[in-house]
Amino acid sequence: MTSEVVAASSVPAPGRAVRVREIATELRGLRGSLIPILHAVQEELGYVDQPDVPVIADVLNLSVAEVHGVVTFYKDFRRTPAGRTVVAICQAEACRSVGAVELAEHAKRRVGCGFGETTYDGRITLDEVYCFGNCALGPAVQVGERLHGRVTAARLDALLGDAR
Amino acid sequence: MTRVFVPRDSAARSVGADEVAERLAVLAPEVEVVRNGSRGMLWLEPLVEIETPAGRIGYGPVAPEDIDGLVAGGMLAGARDLAACLGSVEALPWMRQQQRLTFARVGVTDPLSVDDYTSYGGLRGLRQALAQTPAEVVETVVESGLRGRGGAGFPTGIKWRTVLGASADLKFVCCNADEGDSGTFADRMLIEGDPFTLIEGMTIAAYAVGASEGYVYLRSEYPDAVATLRAAIELARTEGWLGDDVLGSGSGFVFDLQVRVGAGAYICGEETSMLESLEGKRGMVRAKPPIPALQGLFGLPTVVNNVLSLATVPTILANGAEAYASYGVGRSLGTSVFQLGGNVARGGIVETAFGITLGELVNDFGGGTSSGRPIRAVQVGGPLGAYLPTEQFDLPMDYEAFAAAGAMVGHGGIVVFDETVNMAAMARFAFEFCAAESCGKCTPCRVGAVRGVETIDRIVAGDNREKNLVVLGDLCDLMTDGSLCAMGGLTPLPVRSAVRHFGKDFGS
Ligand SMILES: Cc1cc2nc3c(=O)[nH]c(=O)nc-3n(C[C@H](O)[C@H](O)[C@H](O)COP(=O)(O)O)c2cc1C
Ligand code: SF4
Ligand code: FES
Repeated sequence: MTSEVVAASSVPAPGRAVRVREIATELRGLRGSLIPILHAVQEELGYVDQPDVPVIADVLNLSVAEVHGVVTFYKDFRRTPAGRTVVAICQAEACRSVGAVELAEHAKRRVGCGFGETTYDGRITLDEVYCFGNCALGPAVQVGERLHGRVTAARLDALLGDAR
Repeated sequence: MTRVFVPRDSAARSVGADEVAERLAVLAPEVEVVRNGSRGMLWLEPLVEIETPAGRIGYGPVAPEDIDGLVAGGMLAGARDLAACLGSVEALPWMRQQQRLTFARVGVTDPLSVDDYTSYGGLRGLRQALAQTPAEVVETVVESGLRGRGGAGFPTGIKWRTVLGASADLKFVCCNADEGDSGTFADRMLIEGDPFTLIEGMTIAAYAVGASEGYVYLRSEYPDAVATLRAAIELARTEGWLGDDVLGSGSGFVFDLQVRVGAGAYICGEETSMLESLEGKRGMVRAKPPIPALQGLFGLPTVVNNVLSLATVPTILANGAEAYASYGVGRSLGTSVFQLGGNVARGGIVETAFGITLGELVNDFGGGTSSGRPIRAVQVGGPLGAYLPTEQFDLPMDYEAFAAAGAMVGHGGIVVFDETVNMAAMARFAFEFCAAESCGKCTPCRVGAVRGVETIDRIVAGDNREKNLVVLGDLCDLMTDGSLCAMGGLTPLPVRSAVRHFGKDFGS
């Protein structure tokens, strides 16, 4: 259940297909290039759109089903655009031992959406992650590109407030 | 020029190290700020160190807003009368009581300085290796007793012997840096704090088995580690440590490596799933045999080792197998890099010889809980590891002793929980996690984990409690016996240990 708000991708559909083909062509020389290609597409275009799949499959000479299978197997690959800021809260054991579940409940109430969802205004996507390797300084929360440690509910509110 | 150290480790950055470094640069443009790795005393981060004639003097934890006062109080001259002053960092009991072999340089050097690397003993192991035959290198690793640090504890040298003995035009070295276990962060800290050591270890492995290409499968949750390792690989190429003639030895030994970023699947830490993922496929676990040593990446002979296994090889080659094997107990030789996390007062990295007890790690190094409440349980070895009560704190950290106690050392992560933990909720979580992360290949794992969640819910609700506890036991047996890999096979470990030691939480 992602929101209907689509933070319009700056690359329109035909341009997008051209760009996806370029990315795939550029990287196809790598051994096992599909995952690097999907990462590169997502990094530049924000997510892996359904129409990207046949383009990539064509460049790699794979079936559409194979590429589709890979895209859906890995949690990292988004099928729809994310909000402007992605807030990812660690929910693994070490962070649980210092209140990560309660912190997540607080965040969901505060933001108004659940894990894997985006707010209606397209401002925030809330995600759950299983360990950032910051287990001695939990709860760990990543806001955009930045990792934060020892995040209390008050600190999370401040971080969310900064996320425009 | 005074040198000041402010870690660039992502744990330190998560509590303000960048802001500290930035403020220092503004306040004291005359000092040189070095961004080192972390010493692993994470409760003291950001830990600022000043280089003085009397050694490196530490201050911590230093919040960005403390910097002005500390500088005014003489921190940059190593003033000892400041409240945050810890004295000589190397003299702190936490550091002194460790035996840092794998982590010798982490926190000490600038991770991306090739000069630091070589002046602190880097490349000695590789030079030593290149002066020997590949078979001699393999035997040195066998004799050192080094066992895989990724979890299973398989002897590293024996694995290498198999790959060396396989004939193929192309062989690979794949480093497992997926570090998916909660409570583990040593792979990350090694890569962020001393990446050349991993590169050196992989290069030695490649020489020993006759491989020419290497891959590091690094989890996407670790962007700083990815960036640091990629930068280090570039530098190593420029220095001739990697490439067509490694170290310019004229031996014709060719080796290069690249980083591949994972995509958020825990199962891709399992070695055959990782290989599938490296091949660009879904991370479906492969049946063994064939073993990866013979038919690994793209069906070719492949070494798969954890970051710490590979990063320990340079010190073994540099100082000899005997020196390494002189540490440890029984069949668990050498040192291990333990990680203290969760609800712990002093969390971080403790590298010490095997044989230290769980209690010494958690109480003496860790200082008990961070909440100040009594400890109720610790989980050792990640999400597939057992929960242990304090009554078992005299267990030595030793692969065999843990196995005999129905537990596992795994990757050495120790997560502490205080008395507020609900162990039925943790057991339920173990099943939930297995259900979410299962690759789906076998029914006991894929379906059993979902049944497990339901069964625990019934037990906790008091619905046919006794009968459902039996169902839970049977389910655990089925998963243990009928799963292809340790994801389904070991999920019963946390569940059973929770029921056994903390039955009260299941409504008894
Ligand atoms: C579900 C599962 C997850 C695993 N995750 C990791 C991991 O994150 N890192 C790792 O090094 N080994 C992991 N392993 C162990 C690997 O399969 C393999 O034993 C290891 O990489 C071999 O290297 P080593 O001998 O140096 O330990 C995992 C195993 C299983 C079953
Ligand atoms: S035990 Fe689970 S994760 Fe392992 S192969 Fe079977 S289904 Fe896949
Ligand atoms: S468990 Fe949360 S960062 Fe590791």
